[in-house]
Amino acid sequence: MLQDCLIAFLVGGLICAVGQVLIDYTKLTPARILTSYVVAGVLLSAVGIYPKLLDWAGGGASVPLTGFGNLLAQGVRDAVEEKGFLGVFTGGLTSAAGGLTAALVFGLLAAVCFHPKDK
Amino acid sequence: MRVSKELYQQMQEQTAPKTKSYYTIPVAFLVGGLICTLGELLLHFYRFLGSDKTAAAAFTSITLVGLSALLTGLGWYEKLAKHAGAGTLVPITGFANAVSCCAVESKSEGWILGVGAKIFTIAGPVIVYGTAASFVYGIIYYLFTLGQ
Repeated sequence: MLQDCLIAFLVGGLICAVGQVLIDYTKLTPARILTSYVVAGVLLSAVGIYPKLLDWAGGGASVPLTGFGNLLAQGVRDAVEEKGFLGVFTGGLTSAAGGLTAALVFGLLAAVCFHPKDK
Repeated sequence: MRVSKELYQQMQEQTAPKTKSYYTIPVAFLVGGLICTLGELLLHFYRFLGSDKTAAAAFTSITLVGLSALLTGLGWYEKLAKHAGAGTLVPITGFANAVSCCAVESKSEGWILGVGAKIFTIAGPVIVYGTAASFVYGIIYYLFTLGQ
């Protein structure tokens, strides 16, 4: 387990470090970086790289937003195999539903419970 | 004084603070790595409780998102993000932070068009382009399976 954690740390850290390089050396805003990471995750999953990385690095690959993109692609793959053409439409969001619903509900809950902080 | 586009860019470069990459990149690596390690620990925990691989991954995301929303509400996530940059942005906690942060800050604009709409300020583009990419991939994958 210690080894799993070490690999997750290194791979996850590396994916984040790439993001920092993008922030420091390009004019990409955080929203653009998040969007590109998700799309990159879909692409890397489509060519078969990301599922392998996920098997090896666990949380190191699933926690960064590229993992979210991989989840979308994985969902589409599974749904197309199961339901055919309909899966093209239902697969992506179905697989991402847990994370998305959590983000929206907890975000709303945060708005109910907390007030904006002075900066 | 007339300022051309080039001159403006020059002036901006002179006054903008230089990014200290020797500091920002290692910190992003460290913090991002630690968040992913926490994710790995949660994965093991949920697997230990008896979830299968997919369910454990979903529970892990949900836990991290919940934690991030709480820390965002308390104002702690921003403090960490100030130093960690991409280390706190790129993990799913950064996505959750963007969602809850927009939600909390637009409270004064009302619950429907304030919180309800602005909650998607950052999440919206991510969902739109992520879903669109998965759709395009889905079409290609579908055509590919037809051929088999």
